[in-house]
Amino acid sequence: MNLLNVDSISKTFTIHILSGKIIEGFKDVSFTVPRGTALGISGPSGSGKSSVLKCIYGSYLTTRGDIWYESPRFGRLNLTRSPLRTINQIREMEIGYITQFLKVIPRVSALDIVSAPLMEAGAFRKAARSAAGDLLEQLGIPQRLFEAYPATFSGGEQQRVNIARAIIKAPHLLILDEPTACLDADTTSVVLDILLALREKGTTMIGIFHQPEILARFSDAIYRMKTDSDRGTIQ
Amino acid sequence: MTPVLSVRNLFRIFGTACSRCFDGNDEICGNKCPWCGAIVACKNISFDLYPEEVLGIVGESGSGKSTLLKILYFEEEPTSGEMFIHLTKRNACFPGEAFMGSVDAANVLSLNSYQKRLFRNHYMGMVYQNPFLGLRMHISAGGNIAEKLFMAGFRNIAKIRERAIYLLEKTEVPGNRLDESPASFSGGMQQRVQIAKALSNVPMLLFLDEPTTGLDLSVQARVLDLIKSLQKEMRLATIVVSHDLGIIRHLTTRTMVMKDGEIVEAGLTDQVLEDPQHPFTQLLVCSTL
Repeated sequence: MNLLNVDSISKTFTIHILSGKIIEGFKDVSFTVPRGTALGISGPSGSGKSSVLKCIYGSYLTTRGDIWYESPRFGRLNLTRSPLRTINQIREMEIGYITQFLKVIPRVSALDIVSAPLMEAGAFRKAARSAAGDLLEQLGIPQRLFEAYPATFSGGEQQRVNIARAIIKAPHLLILDEPTACLDADTTSVVLDILLALREKGTTMIGIFHQPEILARFSDAIYRMKTDSDRGTIQ
Repeated sequence: MTPVLSVRNLFRIFGTACSRCFDGNDEICGNKCPWCGAIVACKNISFDLYPEEVLGIVGESGSGKSTLLKILYFEEEPTSGEMFIHLTKRNACFPGEAFMGSVDAANVLSLNSYQKRLFRNHYMGMVYQNPFLGLRMHISAGGNIAEKLFMAGFRNIAKIRERAIYLLEKTEVPGNRLDESPASFSGGMQQRVQIAKALSNVPMLLFLDEPTTGLDLSVQARVLDLIKSLQKEMRLATIVVSHDLGIIRHLTTRTMVMKDGEIVEAGLTDQVLEDPQHPFTQLLVCSTL
């Protein structure tokens, strides 16, 4: 069964400052993601890969087309037309999203950032923090950094905090926008192992990875974006 | 889920309004009606606020955000429009509760001023940009909080004092300065006393009008963190008015953008900031440093 069914979506940006100039983000993207599988998205930079993910997550409004999502809590939903409140609840409970950039409050410790999603879901502080510690350790963040502020971390460490925060709750759907962009080969491999283990446990994933070998290891299927107007394909 | 607060077709017009102020929406550019010269500060505002949600309102100065907030807090009479509040059971143990049972489905803007005041004292909290508006500067900090508790039906002085100390400590104002007047406090401390006062009645609705504008950066950060953690802890439905997009991103999940008294765009906060649709929002987002 398909968890996600993206049905010929397009995105255009109208830039009013440039007197209403219309810029095309991407056009006619369609794919399906069966439950418990990982779809990789590939394509040259500027082809709209990240925009597709943002449309699914709701950070971008989809100009045309439908995105059908099978929610355990709300049933089958068209994400492009759902009430904002529903989207918010789905984000809190079911969908994780990792970008290449860490956006965190500068004054919260790594452990608190990672354990926050668990506590919001009702876990006790102690249990949440110990689970967060385990995950950070697995990702190779030294214990002495747990209480430090991630805003002061190196790029790779921030990236791993970001990943830990998104996966700690084992989301239903995980959206990954180059999560390994600034990691070294060893850490990338660790991250990939964790992601694949999550997939085994039933998390469905969509991801963008730049390195072809990582993409190949991650994906059950790959969707290729095209910059010109012909349609992309699933392979 | 039922919204805590529903606002429908709210207008606030300064000056003598003509009928065209209400219907000729598209032809009014700016907020001055070209036919009668009245200022339309809030133009047909409708929205819902859900329990535990934080809603942001952004817009440049003069866009009507503060007027809107004042109407919601019964400080300003709207020209027309309706506002519904759905009471939850959470406050049921609070003194004076019995009064409110019948209000659930009524337009609260049509209550008389006594009822409005009761309503405000029991169910609402407000933090102003300027502490002079929210506090009596020459009454002690504890007295300021006691005033609000007294109006909310508290009568036991020992309990009021205990709660005032608890609230001041929650907002990181040393409890031993309870009996000093806020006039002798720093700006950041005054703002925190204001927050303590606003939260003292465990409001169902919290309104924040530029709560950290005018504070220096480090104090601003602490006040914001405080608001955020208290909002989560007390599960308050909150409306934040600000022109600072950073604060909106930090605090809110949903945002409305106002221009010339109208809501020109509304959406998830990250969507409004990353994929703004209206020309004004695009300009606003590009204008951040």
